[in-house]
Amino acid sequence: MKQFLFVLLVCSVTSVALAQDEDLLALLGEDSTEEIEYVSAAFKSTRVINGQSIEMLGAGSLDFRILHRFGLLKNGFGEMFGLDQSTIRLSFDYAPLDDLLIGFGRSSAKKELDGYIKVRVLQQSKGARELPVSVVLVSGITCETLPFADQTRENYFSSRLAFFNEILIGSKLSDDISVQIAPLFIHRNLVDKQSTPNDIYALGFGGRARLTNRIAFMLEYHHAFNGMVSGFNKDALSVGVDIETGGHVFQLHVSNATGMNERAFVTETMQDWLKGEIQFGFNLSRMFQL
Amino acid sequence: MKKILITVLFTALAIPGVHAQSKYFTKSGTITFSSKTALEDIEAKNQKATCVIDTKTGAIEVAVLMKAFEFEKALMQEHFNENYVESDKYPKSTLKGKITEIGSVNFTKDGTYPVTIAGKFLMHGVEKDMTAKGSLTVKNGKISGASSFVVKLSDHKIEIPGVVKDKVSNNITINVAFWLDPLS
Repeated sequence: MKQFLFVLLVCSVTSVALAQDEDLLALLGEDSTEEIEYVSAAFKSTRVINGQSIEMLGAGSLDFRILHRFGLLKNGFGEMFGLDQSTIRLSFDYAPLDDLLIGFGRSSAKKELDGYIKVRVLQQSKGARELPVSVVLVSGITCETLPFADQTRENYFSSRLAFFNEILIGSKLSDDISVQIAPLFIHRNLVDKQSTPNDIYALGFGGRARLTNRIAFMLEYHHAFNGMVSGFNKDALSVGVDIETGGHVFQLHVSNATGMNERAFVTETMQDWLKGEIQFGFNLSRMFQL
Repeated sequence: MKKILITVLFTALAIPGVHAQSKYFTKSGTITFSSKTALEDIEAKNQKATCVIDTKTGAIEVAVLMKAFEFEKALMQEHFNENYVESDKYPKSTLKGKITEIGSVNFTKDGTYPVTIAGKFLMHGVEKDMTAKGSLTVKNGKISGASSFVVKLSDHKIEIPGVVKDKVSNNITINVAFWLDPLS
């Protein structure tokens, strides 16, 4: 009988314990089927400043981009710090898929057309699949449409073309910091001198530091390993801020590069930061969902 | 004596079972929200909400992963996660509360019972007391629940920047629909 009472007591204690507040959701247990969580928005835009970023667009997005590069800041007030001169590039980038982007643009400098295909091979992820980096391939073509400089020689259409291929490897290290490196290979069908190589190998670096939810500090650097004439060609260095306002991203920067496609800013940057030869520029991105 | 002891022991073992049967859950609840302004309507849907209710005590808990909200426009989804609710910092929103009229719900009889949910709603790291009208429906022994309520973004320290003030409403209507299974 004593034992019986003891058991009863145990029963009642159990019931009391169960009746108390408990963490209901904990009853479901931990999710056994952990999902792959993709890391998104390493950069605000598909470009760091001049060059491509590891960022893609959502499927069905159309990005209309207006790029301006002005004259030298040091020209002073008389030239309104360079604003009196400008070159422009207009472009459309469209994403048929989350991992595929195609773009087409035209720069006023050299009246140059360009087009590219960008494919995301790997996307940084957490959870069920840990992957610290995103890997993106970009392949593009540029076409100058200015009249040929030397009309006396036999000119081919193919001479107008140049090609670029790059591998972007980047990581969103934290909410606020993203970095990427980008080995680049550029081939120009026609160059001005026999000693100038047609093939250029270069390396790009890009970074972002988020200052607020909508404003980020941006840095971009491109170095070419060959074909640079010393004292003439320079590495392209740009610093700027990204400001996001709903459907627009404003990318304001100062840079020594005026080119707005890969061929132009890697191989044709002549200005020197050390001599103060920098200019203001901006990229304006307007997103549409088709 | 031995017989009694065994009987009691079995009863004791069965008690937690009885308790468990009063609990119902889902891992695929639907939560939608909408922001309506003259310029833009924004809607998003999440079909992975978890919810557990205890029909005995009326206790209810809901949890939802913010990243699982899907928008029509990819850019909206990015802005939602990056700029507004900051999903990396605050991945989950939760509701812990009580269904106050649980006693008036007859879980053995088909019908729709109006209920009130009162509790604490946690979003964007800010907890807020809330009450919401809803209903519990019993049909063929199956329980479903629905509710709709309005959340003020400013209550949860979610800022709307000046340039989109006309496009994003501060009052977000949240609709919830759950089909619950017994939790064993």
